[in-house]
Amino acid sequence: MSVRRVMGTEVEYGISVQGQPTANPMVASSQVVNAYASATLKARRARWDFEEESPLRDARGFDMSRQVADPSQLTDEDLGLANVILTNGARLYVDHAHPEFSTPEVTTPLDIVRWDKAGEQVMLDAQRRAAALPGGQPILMYKNNTDGKGASYGAHENYLMRRSTPFADIVKHLTPFFVSRQVVCGAGRVGIGQDGRDHGYQISQRADFFEVEVGLETTLKRPIINTRDEPHADPEKYRRLHVIIGDANLAEVSTYLKVGTTSLVLAMIEDRFISVDLTVDGPVSALRAVSHDPTLRQAITLRDGRKLTAVQLQLEYLDLARKYVEDRYGADADDQTLDVLARWESVLDRLERDPMSLAGELDWVAKLKLLEQYRQRDGLEWDDAKLQLIDLQYSDIRPEKGLYHRLVQAGRIERLLAEESVERAMHEPPTDTRAYFRGRCLEQFPDAVAAASWDSVILDLPGRESLQRVPTIDPLRGSQAHVGELFDRCTSAEELFIALTR
Amino acid sequence: MAQEQKQPRRNSETEEAVETAPETDVAERKEALDSEVDDILDEIDDVLESNAEDFVKSFIQKGGQ
Repeated sequence: MSVRRVMGTEVEYGISVQGQPTANPMVASSQVVNAYASATLKARRARWDFEEESPLRDARGFDMSRQVADPSQLTDEDLGLANVILTNGARLYVDHAHPEFSTPEVTTPLDIVRWDKAGEQVMLDAQRRAAALPGGQPILMYKNNTDGKGASYGAHENYLMRRSTPFADIVKHLTPFFVSRQVVCGAGRVGIGQDGRDHGYQISQRADFFEVEVGLETTLKRPIINTRDEPHADPEKYRRLHVIIGDANLAEVSTYLKVGTTSLVLAMIEDRFISVDLTVDGPVSALRAVSHDPTLRQAITLRDGRKLTAVQLQLEYLDLARKYVEDRYGADADDQTLDVLARWESVLDRLERDPMSLAGELDWVAKLKLLEQYRQRDGLEWDDAKLQLIDLQYSDIRPEKGLYHRLVQAGRIERLLAEESVERAMHEPPTDTRAYFRGRCLEQFPDAVAAASWDSVILDLPGRESLQRVPTIDPLRGSQAHVGELFDRCTSAEELFIALTR
Repeated sequence: MAQEQKQPRRNSETEEAVETAPETDVAERKEALDSEVDDILDEIDDVLESNAEDFVKSFIQKGGQ
């Protein structure tokens, strides 16, 4: 493979109720999700199909809008139900105490950017709709990963991989890559340490929250390599690599390179192309040390005794990836793979010479440049609350208040996608995965979809006693090429179902 | 923020470039602005939450994944 593979992101947004720091974040998150669902979803709301064995009929007739009307009545049990599937194939729900947007399955890094950005727009829309409800309060959301006081929340990536690849190979070759990739895709943070007790700037939002090398946890003792194994696909053929170490990015180039370069490294691991050993001595402490040095001079010690900076370690992977693409594809390499390689090289080259020259492309540099300008102009020390405010407000998702958005509007940060394309992705699914089937079912036959999940759509068809489960176990089936014409032809869910099962 | 508080001073050449850049031409405007830090700070001053200390203190999140 190349940069292409089945993948997706899931982002938990920071949330607060304006003027009410003690407001229950689960209630606020539910209000936001429900406001969006009530306003945009047609007819009944399909529930998330958590488990095949759950009594599906229990979900029928469930009315979420009642919850919106009286949030104080919400119990934890009800809150767990703020969980909807959108016509673009995405999932919008409450996870822990945060609203979360999981993109539909896509196959390219640029499509990750498109639907990840669409997620920001969905959250913005949801926030505005929640505020417009009777008695609604202004709820603010932030695409970041920490409150700077010890709490962290995730921005995960998911990559479908071959089951046949030994997990030990993934750990061995991916760990040094993850320790170093933050120089490209870090989102930047004011404050050092989980609770920000030391003053200063670091490259990553998440680095200080990682405590072990490999493990299953995601909320405590977070591991660099997460071992959750839930492929949402044929487990004989696939595993889903659940990556929890990334920062939530706003800059499109950061997201594009984060996912594009990771996908390429995974391809090399699957094809057993990496023969060098880049194992890092003490990866957890190296991860933090790299993050804590925005001058990018921090040396990482490899097991073979070499000392490399994070940029140099990334250059090792770039060099391998160039050889790999040349070896496997030569002149047939696809455009996005070549573009990822070229941008990756350009970014690393400039990071070596002058990190601040990346202020128009990478989140951590854009934020740092802004902070340094304020420090210079106003003579601020790193412990100044104003700098922490700038850090937080960089990730405010409102275009009028968010500092990332202000920088984009001022032409200071590069975009990869036209705004119209992102707006379309708020409602339309990708065409080349099963998300197309899921999304079109919800768009065209909302009354008939009782529930859905990554690997199923459950139809409630008139005149049939039981619900009909349509499995979507293969992420690459159910694409427009497979079922587009069928949807165009069918006028009812019944007709669709008969055609599918014939 | 008042002009005299800003430092370092821009040289007159870059200030002129900013002033003569047509407001509507994003590409040209971008080029002119790149050498001018203070314009963007003025704009951001206008949107920054007013009480930084209170705002930062009250931004408390529950942990997630």
